[in-house]
Amino acid sequence: MPVNFEVNGKPVTVEVEPRMTLVDCLRHKLRLTGTHVGCEHGVCGACTILLDGEAVRACLILAVQAEGTKIVTIEGLSNDEALTPLQASFRRHHAVQCGFCTPGMITTAHALLTAEPDCDADRVRDVLSGNICRCTGYISIVEAVLDARSAYRAPKSQS
Amino acid sequence: MRNSFVGSPVERREDLRFVRGRGQFVDDLSPDGLLHAVILRSSAAHGRIRSIDAAAAFKMEGVHAVITAGDMPGGPPKIAMRLQPLPEFKRFEQSVIADTKVRYVGEPVAVVLAESVALGEDALERIVVDIEALPAIGDCETSAQGDRLLFPEQGTNCAMTFTAECGDADAAFKAAAYTRREKFRTGRHYGLTMEPRGVMAEWDAATGRLTVSGAAKVPFFNRRILAKLMGLPEDAIAMVENDVGGGFGARGEFYPEDFLIPFAARHVGRPVKWIEDRCENLMAMNHARQANVDVEIACTRDGIILALRGHAHVDMGAYMRTNGAVAARNIAQFMAGPYRIANIKLQSSLCMTNKTPVGTYRGPGRFETDFFRERLLDLVAKDLGIDRVEFRRRNLIPASAMPYRLPTITPFESSDEIDSGDYRVTLDRCLEEFGWADKAKLQGKLIDGRYHGLAVGCFIEGGAAGPKETARLEINPDGSVAVFVGSSAVGQGVETVFAQIAADALEIPMERISGVHHGSTAYVSDGYGAYHSRSVVMGGSALLDATKNLHNLICATASKRFGCAPSEIKISEDRIIGPGEISATFAEFAGLTAEGAFLNKKHTYTCGTHAAHVTVDARIGQVEIVDYVTVVDCGRIINPMTMRGQVIGSLVQGLGGALLEDLQYDDDGQLLTGSLADYLVPTASDFPKLRAIVTDMFPSPINPLGAKGAGEGGIISAGGIVANAVANALSTFGVEPRELPLTPQRIWKMVEAG
Repeated sequence: MPVNFEVNGKPVTVEVEPRMTLVDCLRHKLRLTGTHVGCEHGVCGACTILLDGEAVRACLILAVQAEGTKIVTIEGLSNDEALTPLQASFRRHHAVQCGFCTPGMITTAHALLTAEPDCDADRVRDVLSGNICRCTGYISIVEAVLDARSAYRAPKSQS
Repeated sequence: MRNSFVGSPVERREDLRFVRGRGQFVDDLSPDGLLHAVILRSSAAHGRIRSIDAAAAFKMEGVHAVITAGDMPGGPPKIAMRLQPLPEFKRFEQSVIADTKVRYVGEPVAVVLAESVALGEDALERIVVDIEALPAIGDCETSAQGDRLLFPEQGTNCAMTFTAECGDADAAFKAAAYTRREKFRTGRHYGLTMEPRGVMAEWDAATGRLTVSGAAKVPFFNRRILAKLMGLPEDAIAMVENDVGGGFGARGEFYPEDFLIPFAARHVGRPVKWIEDRCENLMAMNHARQANVDVEIACTRDGIILALRGHAHVDMGAYMRTNGAVAARNIAQFMAGPYRIANIKLQSSLCMTNKTPVGTYRGPGRFETDFFRERLLDLVAKDLGIDRVEFRRRNLIPASAMPYRLPTITPFESSDEIDSGDYRVTLDRCLEEFGWADKAKLQGKLIDGRYHGLAVGCFIEGGAAGPKETARLEINPDGSVAVFVGSSAVGQGVETVFAQIAADALEIPMERISGVHHGSTAYVSDGYGAYHSRSVVMGGSALLDATKNLHNLICATASKRFGCAPSEIKISEDRIIGPGEISATFAEFAGLTAEGAFLNKKHTYTCGTHAAHVTVDARIGQVEIVDYVTVVDCGRIINPMTMRGQVIGSLVQGLGGALLEDLQYDDDGQLLTGSLADYLVPTASDFPKLRAIVTDMFPSPINPLGAKGAGEGGIISAGGIVANAVANALSTFGVEPRELPLTPQRIWKMVEAG
């Protein structure tokens, strides 16, 4: 059946089986392979995307449930010219090793910092605790997110 | 130009794609005509296969084939061991697919090839497998009794017993003033990678060539195995390493699927991809760690360790996989760790059970045996009334004893020696960073409802397995230089550290290193991969050799062009200069390529000390890590930032093993922990207070870089340190942990018993 939604600013219509998950639709129908699949049961967070601005697990949503929504994936949070402040912070803090959990981590962190640019370390840990990373031990990821907060604050406080 | 990229915290090149979601993992590949493989796995732990009826599944729309053992002429082949391939182990090798018997839950029974994964999974449900159940052999004790056998034709469940020996342990025990005997056990873990395994195979019938994507860790070894099993020449197979979402020893070994998917692709003449789901991953990827030991120590009254003896039993699961014997061997060889113990006799028996087979997982055998030893040392120090720190200091191998010979292992590997290090230096540094003297007064104290405990312990980490590694350099048309290595990337940052090494060796800016190409079999003549913390030491040393060879080649080529002697050629940062005014750019030498190699059978030994401060809520058995300091000396450090990342990352894995992770089975051999909701791993909020200090005081004398393998230093000590800190905290209850993981329930039970 057809499903219509917006991905990274572009409207799309996709023909899917009713049982197809949103993450499979994004990856295999729309070829947006930056969103990863790590557990298919909502625990690891590798498939985190933004759905109407909220960080959600694309493995726990059926594609048909996305009808009429606005979706942003890691591709939509990236550009060719330069790393975003959050991405640059991940790199600077060595918050990436194998890179498999990274898109989910960045998407989750982006949603958090957009809503709460002044969040503290405990809040960052709490929110990121829904995303599993097996390589870094998390400390550098938390530091990277904290260090990127200034980029999400209102322009006047950036000076 | 003299560079100093080596030793600098250079930001990683690979991050530029990973943070944008542009990594390319095997599941991201989707060639035209792709079929998806799904695997029917045994639901029984032990049984005889009476029949497999796949007719209904085969008839379903979208299903192209169902493959079982019957489709393999001559029966399904067995997967040979890669490390320690002793004849005794051949008896227990795994077939690529179950034939007449199943021996663990998760063993492949049939492969369905379908238009989509969902259709394939639908078809799995229509396959009828009739299995006559046999009683499961669920633990080492039952296995060792030998009343029931996994392989009746072999007459035993014991695949092998390793012995590590030096001096005369029995004589030392006879003469000793003090002895103590203890039993310890570790839980069953696995090297959970965030990316589940995946294989994609493309068969070109016209040329008889096979391309296999999803290769990892040891692509050249695996090509050799696959070529033999498929009856193809090695050079007809290309193994392609994509981005790999974590290795930890488990990803990239040759598993049944590494044959089944290429076989399937040739069978149907279409590209076939298989991506493991997490439940499969928990029951199909190598398990690790589960061992128990009965160990005895002998000391003088003033705390000099005289001897160790004992017997460990390792729960091997159902088959001997490619590197299945490593942990069992290491348990025996490294039980003394960084301590000088003159008399040792330790045995380690490999017990076959009806569980997922084991392989290496980061710090194989070392995590287990360091838990056994460090627990034992704390118990002994208490008995003898000697300070725990002083007891360790007294027994550390002194720098004057380097190189230090390790116990001899029989059979197979004769002996090994530690290359360098002064263990008292890392111990003192750790105590100072940790603030041991100030914190010592907290030991056993109850503050605000939580008991405080401390622990300290030392470790060694072997690395840099030989025998060889290969690297190649090539000048590009624009004058930049491409690096090719036989080492593999599993997330450790090889594209960056090899670029650092190459830029320094070539004396050119790092931007002129166009890329580091790794893993795939097309890049170098032979490669040995990423295991035993070997990539940087072996690959980096090979790169130095390749640099020398490239320079020689440039000089020889330029001398012909310039009409002078090779010795008259100078290579500057951006020009090749001859006598007089003659010179040329690198670009004019585009296409020149030189390979280099490094051969070494000796190992490097990183060393270090861990110290922990924990608090325990005795009412609910919950442990909090208040402070944890790891000091690791790993010789020459290429990139201190990624090095520190290795230590913290492996430490958190170790803390997971100490407190959370446990693969559990019921009495029938059913895996009870089949999801990430059951198999608990650390999350961002669990261990926020960890510190890692990496030092380069003791370079390795056995390779030109002076580097040591260092991917495991964080994980090795974690179990012993946490258990000792918990014992220290709960000393008023007489709690002495003898089993990992220290789950709240287990701690609570010990408190109640005490």
